[in-house]
Amino acid sequence: MIRVSTDILVVGAGGAGMYAAVSAARAGANVILADKSLISRGGATIMAQMTVAAAVGQHEPDHWTHHLSDTLEAGHGLCNEKLAKILCEEAPLRIMEMEDWKVGWAREINGRMCQVMAPGHKVHRCVYADFLNTGPAVARALRGEVAQNDRISRASGLNVVDVVVHDGRAVGAIAIDVESSEVILIDAGAVILAAGGLTRLYRRNSASVNMVGEAYSMALRAGAELIDMEFVQFFPIGHLAPRMVGMDPIMWDPFRYKLGGRLLNGNFEEFIQNYGGTDEGVYTARRDLASYAIYKEKEAGRASPHGGAWLSFQHIPEETLKEAFGPVIKSLAKNNIDLTKQSVEVSPIAHYHMGGIRVDEKMKTRVPGLYAAGEAVGGANGATRLSGNAIPEAFVFGERAGRYAAAEVIKADRGEVTEKDAKMLLDEVHSHLKNNLSPSSGAAGLMHELQGVMENHIGLIRTGPKMEKGLSRIREMIVDDLAHIQIPDKGPFNQAMQDWLEMRNALQCAEAVALAATNRPESRGAHQREDIPNANPDLEKNQVLRLNNGSLQTKWANVVKTNWKLEEKVLAEV
Amino acid sequence: MNKKKQTVVKIVRGVADEEPYEEEFEVPYESGASILDALTWIRSHKDSSVAFRYSCVNANACKECMIVVDGKVTYACTARLNENGVTVGPLKNKRLIRDLVTDIVPPKERLFSIDQT
Repeated sequence: MIRVSTDILVVGAGGAGMYAAVSAARAGANVILADKSLISRGGATIMAQMTVAAAVGQHEPDHWTHHLSDTLEAGHGLCNEKLAKILCEEAPLRIMEMEDWKVGWAREINGRMCQVMAPGHKVHRCVYADFLNTGPAVARALRGEVAQNDRISRASGLNVVDVVVHDGRAVGAIAIDVESSEVILIDAGAVILAAGGLTRLYRRNSASVNMVGEAYSMALRAGAELIDMEFVQFFPIGHLAPRMVGMDPIMWDPFRYKLGGRLLNGNFEEFIQNYGGTDEGVYTARRDLASYAIYKEKEAGRASPHGGAWLSFQHIPEETLKEAFGPVIKSLAKNNIDLTKQSVEVSPIAHYHMGGIRVDEKMKTRVPGLYAAGEAVGGANGATRLSGNAIPEAFVFGERAGRYAAAEVIKADRGEVTEKDAKMLLDEVHSHLKNNLSPSSGAAGLMHELQGVMENHIGLIRTGPKMEKGLSRIREMIVDDLAHIQIPDKGPFNQAMQDWLEMRNALQCAEAVALAATNRPESRGAHQREDIPNANPDLEKNQVLRLNNGSLQTKWANVVKTNWKLEEKVLAEV
Repeated sequence: MNKKKQTVVKIVRGVADEEPYEEEFEVPYESGASILDALTWIRSHKDSSVAFRYSCVNANACKECMIVVDGKVTYACTARLNENGVTVGPLKNKRLIRDLVTDIVPPKERLFSIDQT
């Protein structure tokens, strides 16, 4: 086995991981930044279309306490207020730092940053890069910062499969090189898990391919706790039809920010007002409410032809469309879509996970030496995430995780990962390897099935019996299906082996989501139960999960509160 | 009978230093579907050992899924499937790793880049 050593191992090289690496390096630590895909190409960050919420007060007066107020309101009582406060207070610092790193935030003619209104915000707060280019722009800027830092070693195609803990402290990790299938032992003073969320566990999702909850499962096995796992955000207006390629299914969000548009049922009638929201061509209805309304219209037989709702921009002049979205209108034309002549169909799509690894304000888990950052962290967003909070969360938490991990490792004693640590997992993998197998769908097929189970049983609208059924099928998949999958014994680039390793994490994470959801007998934020439609004030608590001798245990914890008050909004000087 | 439309994807498979071979898969055909749709369908329904890179699925943001489709270099996520069938193969100007996977990793993003000089 190959062995490497570093001060800090960062797992996942999206926005949070890259920021953590830069931050740790500037605090004097050496870093290995690993991604099973390619650095800054995989993960969710590069797919961000537009909004980044930060109270920079460039477009109109604002103050981070107002951003916090909106964040807590969206969170339905479950936000960890200390984490939410950090997110809102530090978001402007990170956005301005990214400006120094040449992101190129969109600017008005007067030189001030453009800021748009997004659902759930009370002021124009969200900065962006045109056109629908926020993700690629921030990914490129961070990639540049990472590349020019000699303290950071980049490792694309390195699949970190388990954190190693000795005497209660994280001492490194076991990784498998995706190309060669070679096992690599990584000694590290601290490990930062920044490998994103879990939305690819759902059939309809807006995730990149590796978002199957691997950070959560690794954290569980290392002894850390997860929080709020039942809260999966469905984005209401994901693209449904006609088939469109080369564009993110979330792309209609920016269209609505800039142009409004109208959301209509299968009879071409507005309907959000029947569920307590308003549409009238303005994009204000909260995400959970809009998703629920679309689902209910479908149930009442008023869906669009493919089972969603219509989104129409037909009332908007062609020139206005072109001015707002320039090249994107051309990409739509390549897909034979002309918004002046037709409406498109949209429906809810799994988009983000509010829950995640339980951390303190230093992004530290309960396992010394183990940190988390980005979407992998739970708690800041409570039961629903405010639009635009995901990218600042990646930056703010990434910066903190890197800084605090660096401060800790520079003085800490180091452990060493041993071959024995890797043995159990490798024996298990090897027991699945077979020569001369006939082709099969293997773990990729099992993932396809799991996505259906999650979508139908632990999805947007839940009931007790549905969730119980989902949970029991997931548990069956763990003990029966996954255990009996055979992997062809061939390298290089043994895709089937990588799938098996991924599926092991995906199923563990799916079980955590299903169990947490089954345990919450109320409807709150993104956890909507048809059989119990109201919130229960006694359940304004967080659910915490931990692994004990291989089985998941849950407990309820009081929500973390903190002192804060609204401050006066101010306009930034430029 | 309302049989769903099918089409054929031929994949040029193999690893470096071995003679490549073509394998045919019959896949569902839907108007507007991408090559990547077909490749992921093949993995989850027929043969999970078929190797190809992709990450962002449909957004054409990650640029990892570049391959050759009917002789033309393109992205699997934006190239369309067609009713008459397609042939897909790996990039020719990159080192072949397996099937459609070639070495597109920037040299400085390899943990062991120093050892390889």
